[in-house]
Amino acid sequence: MSNVPVNNGRRRFLTAATAVVGGAGVVGAAVPFIASWNPSARAKAAGAPVEVNVGKIQPGQLIRAEWRGKPVYVVRRTEKTVNDLAKHDDQLRDPNSEAAQQPGYATNAYRSIKPEFLVALGVCTHLGCAPTHHNGDFDQFVDGVENGFFCPCHGSKFDMAGRVFQGVPAPLNLMVPEHSFINDDTLLVGVGQGEA
Amino acid sequence: MLMKLFTDFMGWIDKRLPVTEAWNKHVGQYPAPKNFNFWYFFGSLAMLVLVNQILTGIWLTMNYEPSGDGAFASIEYIMRDVDYGWLLRYMHSTGASAFFVVVYLHMMRGLMYGSYQKPRELLWIFGMLIYLVLMAEAFMGYLLPWGNMSFWGAQVIISLFGAIPIIGEDLTIWIKGDYVISGATLNRFFALHVIALPLVLVILVFLHILALHEVGSNNPEGVDTKKPKGSVKPEELSKFKFHESYTKKYDIVDSIPFHPYYSVKDIMGVAGFLILFCWVMFFFPEGGGYFIEAPNFTPANGLKTPEHIAPVWYFGPFYTILRVVPDKLGGMLLMFAAIGMLFALPWFDRGTVKSVRFRSKWHLANLVQFAICFVILGVLGTMPASPTANLIGVIASFGYFGFFIALWFYSKNEHTKPVPERISH
Repeated sequence: MSNVPVNNGRRRFLTAATAVVGGAGVVGAAVPFIASWNPSARAKAAGAPVEVNVGKIQPGQLIRAEWRGKPVYVVRRTEKTVNDLAKHDDQLRDPNSEAAQQPGYATNAYRSIKPEFLVALGVCTHLGCAPTHHNGDFDQFVDGVENGFFCPCHGSKFDMAGRVFQGVPAPLNLMVPEHSFINDDTLLVGVGQGEA
Repeated sequence: MLMKLFTDFMGWIDKRLPVTEAWNKHVGQYPAPKNFNFWYFFGSLAMLVLVNQILTGIWLTMNYEPSGDGAFASIEYIMRDVDYGWLLRYMHSTGASAFFVVVYLHMMRGLMYGSYQKPRELLWIFGMLIYLVLMAEAFMGYLLPWGNMSFWGAQVIISLFGAIPIIGEDLTIWIKGDYVISGATLNRFFALHVIALPLVLVILVFLHILALHEVGSNNPEGVDTKKPKGSVKPEELSKFKFHESYTKKYDIVDSIPFHPYYSVKDIMGVAGFLILFCWVMFFFPEGGGYFIEAPNFTPANGLKTPEHIAPVWYFGPFYTILRVVPDKLGGMLLMFAAIGMLFALPWFDRGTVKSVRFRSKWHLANLVQFAICFVILGVLGTMPASPTANLIGVIASFGYFGFFIALWFYSKNEHTKPVPERISH
């Protein structure tokens, strides 16, 4: 080795240049492997809006619709429930819905277009379980609050506007998806108010 | 005549590939300390279970259909229509739990006898990497039956990544390959479960054993059986012939060749293990709902969360640590930290005495409380969330992390007993 004439500077330069070019090649070759994990065109196309008939929901009742594979909760809140919403603001993490968990037109005290109808994704903002609706027996979880959602996975609690209570793992209020009313009885999930 | 044929054949091979040499170095003339107890069964048992998983896994793929529409039905097909399909599947599902049983005991052995200490840090790291890959392997495998607990378990774990600031949400979509867990997710998990991760696992096991044989096995006394060359009187040297790669550098004492002494002993362990394994597999293949959970007998349903989501028992400890933290990102970080602490164990322990037999009462107490906390965390992980469970979980989490912190403090100037020069019995 030592008796071979070597220009070390040049050798180092060539080694480094080869490594850089080769490294760029590896990065380029990694792109298709990583990008192939993205949702396919078919999966993207499956995200079309869905219509929900809300005319037959009884006061206090919850129905589930499916949109983009996720459960959408639609609840017809009673007048008492709507009036009670403001009474436990001090126990909530984000009573005024400051985090962007709802479209602009639903950023109000009821987190909805019509006070009567709550439309929210039934996906807990902690780890994505579906919270269960407790109609009338929610006070076992929060004293003095009759109705709400309780997540069976890790015990997160939400009120009837989907607002999260303090002291639970979920960080955010339930997501209110883009939605609009085609007429009094038909709700369209996936298209916002004024967009259609 | 036959013997000569065999000798000639091996001679022909050895000139082209050093098979006899490798056998002698790693098996026939590998010096193992003479005082291994039953705790030393679990390494070879882990290997046995790995072989079981690979073999039954290959056979399961022959009838399994990795698609959102077909997976659940194909499992029922395996269970009901394929000859011995039920046995192959139960061997695989029971094997998964058995894997974690033996690996946890194997790790406990390392903790008790200080097998992670210098010079075995890298050996420990390889072991921890195996454990990590094993957890990923088990997690992805659990999605494949496409039962409702498969679905929601995966939903919970993948959502963890959503807690990462900025990129979190996009990352979960990238992992799932869809906006929800779907057939796309199932297919990639299948690919990783049957090809990528087993390959990594086998390579890591290979490195784990190579690293072990480089530094040599520890033993229950924590006494070094490799003495400096020339420091031992010839009459005190081990009477067995060991491979020259060991005897060239060291004087080997109190050791016996792995084969036949420990290969025979390990067969005893295998026999005992198989009795327990078969008993569970034939009589309680669902492990009372802990190996295969009840909601997994209904197909995946993205609109209906099972009433009580619990991970399979072997994830219990980390799951409890995750959910006692009332903060999404914080819970995830603490859970990963719990595994990270184990990785860093060789550097938390600043002591030089290895075995718990010669360490202080503090160390024994710390070790015992750690094991108890780990079990408590595991039990809580399979139970529904409640304020009481949460409080106990917080206390046990402190115990878990406290083990490492306390160890770092007292191990510096620990009051230890004198370690003997040689293994006495």
